[in-house]
Amino acid sequence: MMHSVFLVLGLVTVGFVLLITVYLVLSGIPAIREIGLFQFLFGKEWASTAAEPSYGIAPFILTSVYGTAGAILIGVPVGFMTAVYLAKLAPKQIKTVMESAVSLLAGIPSVVYGLVGMIVLVPAVRKLFHLPDGASLLAAIIVLAIIILPSIIKVSITALEAVPKEYEDASLALGATPVETCFRISVPAAKSGIAAAIVLGVGRAIGEAMAVMMVAGNVANMPSLFGSVRFLTTAIASEMSYSAGLQRQALFSIALVLFLFIMLINAALNFFLKRDKEG
Amino acid sequence: MRGKRKSYIFIMKLLMWLSVGITAALTLFLVGYILVKGIPHTTWELISTKPSYLSGKIGILPDILNTLYIIIAALLVVIPLGVGAAIYLTEYAKSKKLVGMIEYALETLSGIPSIIYGLVGMLFFCQFLNLKTSLLAGALTLVIMNLPTVMRTTQESLKTVPASLREGAFGLGAGKWRVIRTVVLPGCVDGVITGCILSVGRILGESAALLFTAGFAHALNGFFDGLGSSGCTLTVALYVYAKEQGEFGVAFAIAAILMIMTLIINSAAAFVSRYWGKRRSI
Repeated sequence: MMHSVFLVLGLVTVGFVLLITVYLVLSGIPAIREIGLFQFLFGKEWASTAAEPSYGIAPFILTSVYGTAGAILIGVPVGFMTAVYLAKLAPKQIKTVMESAVSLLAGIPSVVYGLVGMIVLVPAVRKLFHLPDGASLLAAIIVLAIIILPSIIKVSITALEAVPKEYEDASLALGATPVETCFRISVPAAKSGIAAAIVLGVGRAIGEAMAVMMVAGNVANMPSLFGSVRFLTTAIASEMSYSAGLQRQALFSIALVLFLFIMLINAALNFFLKRDKEG
Repeated sequence: MRGKRKSYIFIMKLLMWLSVGITAALTLFLVGYILVKGIPHTTWELISTKPSYLSGKIGILPDILNTLYIIIAALLVVIPLGVGAAIYLTEYAKSKKLVGMIEYALETLSGIPSIIYGLVGMLFFCQFLNLKTSLLAGALTLVIMNLPTVMRTTQESLKTVPASLREGAFGLGAGKWRVIRTVVLPGCVDGVITGCILSVGRILGESAALLFTAGFAHALNGFFDGLGSSGCTLTVALYVYAKEQGEFGVAFAIAAILMIMTLIINSAAAFVSRYWGKRRSI
């Protein structure tokens, strides 16, 4: 009796995933059918409220890809180096303090990042590059890099700490210095876990909506570093409240595209985590 | 040591210090900036009144209450669900395939961005179940989002309950359910509490999933009326005040409140893990 109660509870997660998938597919397909898959994915113009509306989401896809890539380019080196230092070389007090700092960064709500970005970063970008408006892809990249930083640091630290101490001892005994041991022994041994950290960062960056909405300017342009842009996530969020008809259905189709991206990223994450467990 | 090795070590050290410095400076700056900009605006009047169109004054009491209601409602549902599912996985499940499937579902759920939860929550809870745009619909959406967190922390602490305790109880003739109730569940209290704390943190910071499910209203309601009607949480209020109304003073006041809550939540989580860690080691 109790067994079946717990079985049902255990299967609830599977049910939720099915629910989400079914709803996204069912509500995302009609608009793609009407617009045409090719036109939808590769169309360069999004004008959903025009007299003759066009629904091309290439600008959103490219912006999301560029934005995520930029955030990774900035966030990963900083996060990786911080993680190596904290996991292997830092004195105990520094490690404790920095780890709680990283937890704090991870806990700050994304709208707060967006607010600070809006007030500090956007005007700074405008002044620094003499732009008419600082709300741009660059501002979004910097905010995203900061948002993904704590998860990259945390997951990398976990991976580095799982490296067997014997490996490092052997390297030290052979005359390598602690720094050399870190980068030539510990890091290669933890590479699957670090790869998982990066993939996790990609997932977080591509899925972030609110902070990006506050700093990216939110105009459906093809992406350029200093131009106002719209991401996949913000395309959904910015038009949802007043959308209707085909426009609304097209927003669901964008969500479906985003979901497919996330499923791909999840598959990559699982691959690295599994390899980490086996290796 | 040759020069090449020396300079390699030096450069690596420099890069590490630089990165740690950036992370530390970033944290200090964010905390300092938000508190300095926000606390002067955090007046008693702001946090104890509701917004009034007549006097044009802004109050965030309804937003604070809505956040509280949504946290309570979501936890009431997600704790039994998550703990039950974790117990199934660690105590009952025999089929490897089934466990793999549930684990995969869990991974997938924790990777889905909140905006997608918001959309599906709107379609399923607000429209299909006809809950309309309401705090309850928002809370249920957050239940799905936080299920992986509660399940994971409970699972972790269930794994630390020694097998000998279970075997002892079985040996004395207790049934499976009795063993779970009297031996296993008391042993995973720390995991459940950690799960609660982490979920509270996530719910407090969540905004994208609530935009289309819980809505934007600022009405002052009791718990049950509140759940049935649309309401704005603190994060959504911050977004609306900053982005749509240009009320940056209020936005920073809310940011400061959220920052202080985050600090409290993090210390609580650290305290719980230390407290139980110590008790375990005795």
